[in-house]
Amino acid sequence: MFQATNLNRHNATTQRRVQIALMITTAAIILPALIIFAVLVEKGAPVISWGFLTEDPTDGMTSGGIFPALLGTVCLVAVALLASVPVGVAAAVYLSEYAPDNLLTRLINLAIINLAGVPSIVHALFGVGAFVLFFGFGTSILAAGLTLAVMTLPVVIVSTRESLQAVPWAFREACRSMGATKWQTILRIVLPNSLSGILTGVILEVSRTVGETAPIMFTGAAFFLPMLPQSVFDQTMAMSLHLFVISTQVPDVPDALPFGIALALIAMVLGMNAGSIALRMTLRTRKKW
Amino acid sequence: MVVQQTRHEVSVRNLCVRYGRREILSGINLDIREREICAIIGPANSGKTSFLRVLNRMDEFSPSMGFDGDVSIGGKSVRSWRNLCALRRRIGVVFPLPVGLPLSVYDNVAFCPRLAGMRKKADLDAVVERSLRRAALWDEVKDRLGELGSLLSGGQQQRLTIARALSQEPKLLSLDEFSIAIDPVTTMRIEDTLRELRDEVTIILVTNLVQQARRLADRTAFFLMGECLEIADTTELFDGEGKDERTRDYIGGRFG
Repeated sequence: MFQATNLNRHNATTQRRVQIALMITTAAIILPALIIFAVLVEKGAPVISWGFLTEDPTDGMTSGGIFPALLGTVCLVAVALLASVPVGVAAAVYLSEYAPDNLLTRLINLAIINLAGVPSIVHALFGVGAFVLFFGFGTSILAAGLTLAVMTLPVVIVSTRESLQAVPWAFREACRSMGATKWQTILRIVLPNSLSGILTGVILEVSRTVGETAPIMFTGAAFFLPMLPQSVFDQTMAMSLHLFVISTQVPDVPDALPFGIALALIAMVLGMNAGSIALRMTLRTRKKW
Repeated sequence: MVVQQTRHEVSVRNLCVRYGRREILSGINLDIREREICAIIGPANSGKTSFLRVLNRMDEFSPSMGFDGDVSIGGKSVRSWRNLCALRRRIGVVFPLPVGLPLSVYDNVAFCPRLAGMRKKADLDAVVERSLRRAALWDEVKDRLGELGSLLSGGQQQRLTIARALSQEPKLLSLDEFSIAIDPVTTMRIEDTLRELRDEVTIILVTNLVQQARRLADRTAFFLMGECLEIADTTELFDGEGKDERTRDYIGGRFG
């Protein structure tokens, strides 16, 4: 016959209490996000329409749509991704697979982590100095996109390196003991099996890039433009800056408009994330080991 | 000393292996003849696996591992092989813990031939089937060649790695405890394969099963605490009055 001792009962109670405490913490994190989203939907949803997304702003930006800003943000994200993903993945492969484990490598890793903590306004100044002035791109989509790329590079590198490291070491050894070179091993075994992790980094990058304002306002995003950009060397409008301008700089804006823009911005991030997550799920359907 | 007429596939002189400051093997001298099965027996931590890792220069994979002395494979020192990939392709390796690569069963076995430049489907099919048959795995996987090799059962993965090693058409096959995850019946079938292979391939077999060494090996070496105490014809080592008391004790199960 089993009789619960006092210690058993005490352990069971503690276990329940800890579980509840952890649940409350989780809820406390999710709740603000939900409230923000609910407010945005409530106040912004009436503004959202097909026309809102596809038309130019009118009447000194107090009405009309947000199409130029939407397009501009897509362009900026595209430039940032095209620049940072190849470079970031290549750097991560080098650091994870080739670099010897010495002081220099550790310093580089430390530097990358610190780079992720640099305030975005500092990145903006770097972008002005490097891309706008030094390389002579002017204030343009290219300069702004590259600034965003530099800013998000550490995220891509760190998450790619983590997912490369998550591929068991034994696979590399087995592969190389069969006479495969390092590169063949990386190409056929390591990279294919870390793809979903690399995508996670890209998702994070996209979310950050879409929302950033500071790095682009000096390097390529404009307050208002009468026409769409014709090439990557033109300036562009962007969602985040547009929201900032509408809510602080323009007089007599209807209350709902900023909320509508914010909602569109968030929907854009969520949409991109959902797409990437779906892609990741299809890559992950088969557990490999 | 009698002048050796037979050629040596592996020739080891004064081999010392270290991990950091810890010496694992010291002063090993050993010749393995072409096309013989040589078993290495000995208790845990006596340096058997480290010995195998030096042969195909897997010391390269662990930064703290280093070795002194000379090891020749096919008459050429492992230090002078410029292309380590070529050296490794000559040697088929089977690890004690099977590592099925996260590829299909077919791709696992076709991996080495593809590295060697084989592209024709018919050729690859032939190599895959022959290797899997020799590893006594064909009948179990012939209908599921597309499934992931890393999701086979432990014993099947073990045989998959044997098939993979055979697909290299190696000159030297180095097997580290190949039978720990395999049932006795299948083990016997693989041992038969190894006997057949004796005509073409030199085989080094590290085993904890003393009887397996006795069944298979032409010669057997006994490693203890980083030294090679003895290497002799298997019959002599097992039945004759061995030179070293410790070898006799180990074989006779009176160790420790």
